[in-house]
Amino acid sequence: MLHIKCPHCGMRSQNEFSYGGDATVKRPELGKEISDQDWDNFVYNRKSLRGKHLELWQHLSGCRQWIKVERDTATHEIFRTLKANEDNS
Amino acid sequence: MDQNFRLSDGGLINRDKKLSFKFNNKTYYGYEGDTLASALIANGVHLIGRSFKYHRPRGFFGAGVDEPYAMVQLYRNGETEPNIKATEQELFEGLEATSVNCWPSVNFDIGAINNFLKIFLPAGFYYKTFMWPKSFWYKVYEPFIRKAAGLGVASIKHDKERYEHKYEYCDLLIAGSGPSGLASAYAAAKNGARVILAEDKARFGGTLLTSEVNIGNKSGKEWAEGIIAELKEMPNVTVKNRSQVFGYYDHNMLVMSERISDHLSKTKKFHPKQRLWYIRAKEVLISSGSIERPIVFGNNDTPGVMLSSAAKEYLKVYGVLVGRNPLIFTNNDSGYETAIEFKKNGVDPTILDTRKDPQSEIINEAKNLGINIKFSYVVVAAQGYKKVKSADIAKISDDKEQLGSVENIKCDCICVSGFWTPTIHLASQSGNKTKFNEEIDAFVPGTSKQNETTLGAANGSYTLEETLKNSFETAYDLSKKITNNDNKISLPNVVEKKSTTHDKFWCVPLPKGKNYKRFLDFQNDVAVSDIEIALKEGYRSIEHVKRYTTLGMATDQGKTSNLNGLQLVSNIENKVVPNVGHTTFRPPYTPVSIGAIVGREVGKHSKPTRKSPMHKWHEQNNAIFVDAGVWLRPRYYKQGNENLFEASKREAKNVRTNVGVCDVTTLGKIDIKGPDAAELLNRVYTNAWLKLPVGKARYGVMLREDGIVMDDGTTTRISENHYHMTTTTAQAANVLSHLEYYLQLVWPELNVNVVSTTEQWAGAAVAGPKSRDLLQKLFPKSDVSNEGLPFMGFIEGDLFGVKARIFRISFSGELAYEVNVESDNGHFMWEKIMEVGQEFKIQPYGTEALSTLRIEMGHVAGSELDGRTIPYDNSLEGLLSKKKDFIGKRSLTRKAFIAEDRQKIVGVVPLDKKTSIPEGSHLVKDSNAPLPNPKLGYISASCWSVEHNNPFSLAILKNGKNMIGEKLFVMSPLKNKVIPVEIVSSHYVDPKGERVRS
Ligand SMILES: [Zn+2]
Repeated sequence: MLHIKCPHCGMRSQNEFSYGGDATVKRPELGKEISDQDWDNFVYNRKSLRGKHLELWQHLSGCRQWIKVERDTATHEIFRTLKANEDNS
Repeated sequence: MDQNFRLSDGGLINRDKKLSFKFNNKTYYGYEGDTLASALIANGVHLIGRSFKYHRPRGFFGAGVDEPYAMVQLYRNGETEPNIKATEQELFEGLEATSVNCWPSVNFDIGAINNFLKIFLPAGFYYKTFMWPKSFWYKVYEPFIRKAAGLGVASIKHDKERYEHKYEYCDLLIAGSGPSGLASAYAAAKNGARVILAEDKARFGGTLLTSEVNIGNKSGKEWAEGIIAELKEMPNVTVKNRSQVFGYYDHNMLVMSERISDHLSKTKKFHPKQRLWYIRAKEVLISSGSIERPIVFGNNDTPGVMLSSAAKEYLKVYGVLVGRNPLIFTNNDSGYETAIEFKKNGVDPTILDTRKDPQSEIINEAKNLGINIKFSYVVVAAQGYKKVKSADIAKISDDKEQLGSVENIKCDCICVSGFWTPTIHLASQSGNKTKFNEEIDAFVPGTSKQNETTLGAANGSYTLEETLKNSFETAYDLSKKITNNDNKISLPNVVEKKSTTHDKFWCVPLPKGKNYKRFLDFQNDVAVSDIEIALKEGYRSIEHVKRYTTLGMATDQGKTSNLNGLQLVSNIENKVVPNVGHTTFRPPYTPVSIGAIVGREVGKHSKPTRKSPMHKWHEQNNAIFVDAGVWLRPRYYKQGNENLFEASKREAKNVRTNVGVCDVTTLGKIDIKGPDAAELLNRVYTNAWLKLPVGKARYGVMLREDGIVMDDGTTTRISENHYHMTTTTAQAANVLSHLEYYLQLVWPELNVNVVSTTEQWAGAAVAGPKSRDLLQKLFPKSDVSNEGLPFMGFIEGDLFGVKARIFRISFSGELAYEVNVESDNGHFMWEKIMEVGQEFKIQPYGTEALSTLRIEMGHVAGSELDGRTIPYDNSLEGLLSKKKDFIGKRSLTRKAFIAEDRQKIVGVVPLDKKTSIPEGSHLVKDSNAPLPNPKLGYISASCWSVEHNNPFSLAILKNGKNMIGEKLFVMSPLKNKVIPVEIVSSHYVDPKGERVRS
């Protein structure tokens, strides 16, 4: 079980969180023209990365905030966690 | 005779408390503090079971967790449990156990025929045997294997015992209470760290209980007892015996299983049987010790052949002799310790030492005691079938290749020591890349991956002084980092016997003309010849050899077999062990009961059952309940001898003619507040929301980004910036997360807050032509006329002093309202509705009638919004705004979603107007078409229409738009039904929707 540092609550066990996928995907703006290809990339196409990955988790059984977690998908090492509005660069 | 092999005194057992127990239906006696194994050996019982593959007789090999053979079926307090190690099971009064793997009995076992047919059961027998002829598999092989194999019988009864989970945090978790565990726990605890010390066995102290050593002028055992007593008094220390740390997981989380009641005849009141600990430790000290390694020789699986350390433990801890004429076979000094213990207790052992001329303190002691020692000698083969009767021994050449002439000597047990293998499982599970230590021919932990440090014998350190010194220092350093304290313990004076190097000899060659089975894996019956075959057949990777031969794959996880297997592969391949590498260690280190893993999360859903505030009323009024997610809802209210069908028909009919009331508390409710609340709704729902007036509700559909319908419900504008959203019972949690996702990550600029209020409101749906009359009486001060409270209107009212929200919404197609009050007033509201409703012939209705009402009016629900349908499929395309964008809109233009013959919801009526249509049935054009008969659609929901008094179903049908009036067939191969049907509109009742507006 991972130990994830919620930026709002502190270190918590994985079973308080739910996984939310790739944090680098950006939803296309509402009402804007978008090609089929770009829309498909947004909705469906994800890379299954081995290594460092920025991902979304929601602290479901805690503060209910969506957070960003930089994690190694192979080793589970967590490098850092960010609030939803924090820049990941 | 009773306990013939028990010494007259000695051991750590309680001789004042005699216990009776049964093994294979025969009664024996032992003492409190015995294990089942020690008590059986005390009674001279060595035949305990049969081996897995060849069904050879099996005895005891170890004295603890390393035991590969002695698995029994245990009976305790009316329950039974398989796969229990007799060496770990503590004796209690009335214990009963039986052998496993024997049929018909342990003494005469039909499976032993495999032993003589072993040519048919070589390596890979799972893969290549029994494959031909195919018909034989079912009739001959499978029944035979089923009967002959297995490690016991799992109980099919409900387990009455309670198992608990516990979450714990500590500075240092110390796994194992031998010398290194005790020393490090003591040093860290004295330095202020929060320590958990876990010991697998009942007694703390590990090897200190059996070694002749002296620490600070005390015997090892006394020193251990002193340390434990002191630790138990310290508030920052948790000391647990009977607790196995069996798994090392990510982020320094370890799992430990504590056997609280397994050693008692019966679990004490209010106690659990076992407790599973999830421990998040800042630092982990692995002091799991080492396990003695066998030496491989002919028939080395015969009962009576056992590890020399086990023989010593039976002697010193249990006061039990494993034999009266022991042969000690060793390649190192450890065997001498066992021999000396025998000698001290008046038994004359013979030592065979593979070494030529070793010199050490302990060898001298053995010589001085007059023990018979034969150097450069080996056991070629054990003789005897159900128990060792003698041994074939021979001198071995200096290069260990040639055997001298074989002699036979009488003995009743062979105690083997092939040196020690560090227990590195936990370190390896943590991700530690282990390394090979040439000096001890074994793997030891390498660089730490997580915060783990391995100490003492588990790290290949076999002298007590060095172990204590390292443990004190490591624990001091680690605890100082955490606590910033500086209390250092000084190393006590240690006296131990110095030993000399071991002989790297592990397998006795076969004498000419003999083909003895030489076993590596005792539990899975993997012999030297099996590995040789696997390599001959081309297997190279140790992981493949393992799977092909099943070496190390039994429940003991190869604790005594792995290294010898690696040695063999290395020898044949002309490699060295580190180049072959070892297989992966995976948790659990020892078998863990399923009960402990599951804990309290048993029964339906493994979650707490949720009940509405009106639950008690339902119970008192003959409600039959149904699971709705985690909720319990009334399915129907039974009157007299009614069944489900009759009751639900009556309830639905009463709604259509008079008025009914239904508990709708379970519906998801979300409170939405903020100046941008309307904008949020406008983006998540497919229809327009910006112009909804205060005091009005609107029906909405929300999609996922891929265009699939996610949920539907009504949302009401309570005040300017305040909305009340309802969701389906099933999707309540998902919808809240969905809204939070968009608010927090995608559109953080929207000023809106959302919070679940599902449990804050109790809800009652009041439906039927007389519902307005009832409402008027419930809320005499409110105007509930069609003008005062029109369809999709909302007002607040006063229900006999209780504040209520009244929504005019309908799920049944009838004139209907939904009344919400704060949960605490739910029961009061319900009783008032029932009381006042008397004169209008009100009846409560359950989910079955609720479904009937919604199905016949064509209102979609979970069975249509099943994660596979888009708005068009549910005839909800009218709710798609053309003017604005919303979540999932872009996906709706996908080719398949706009196909001319796209599936659509329809109604289905059987031509005979009698036959009920099973849900999930398929719709086909021709019931006699050859398979696979093309499927045109499926039945999503079925009911008995109370309006038309015939069966009616909803279906999702290909090209449904153009199918109205078509005749098709419904097929249910499961129920063996073929029903001719007609396709009709999905709105079977009041298609124009006049009633809800009346
Ligand atoms: Zn949090």
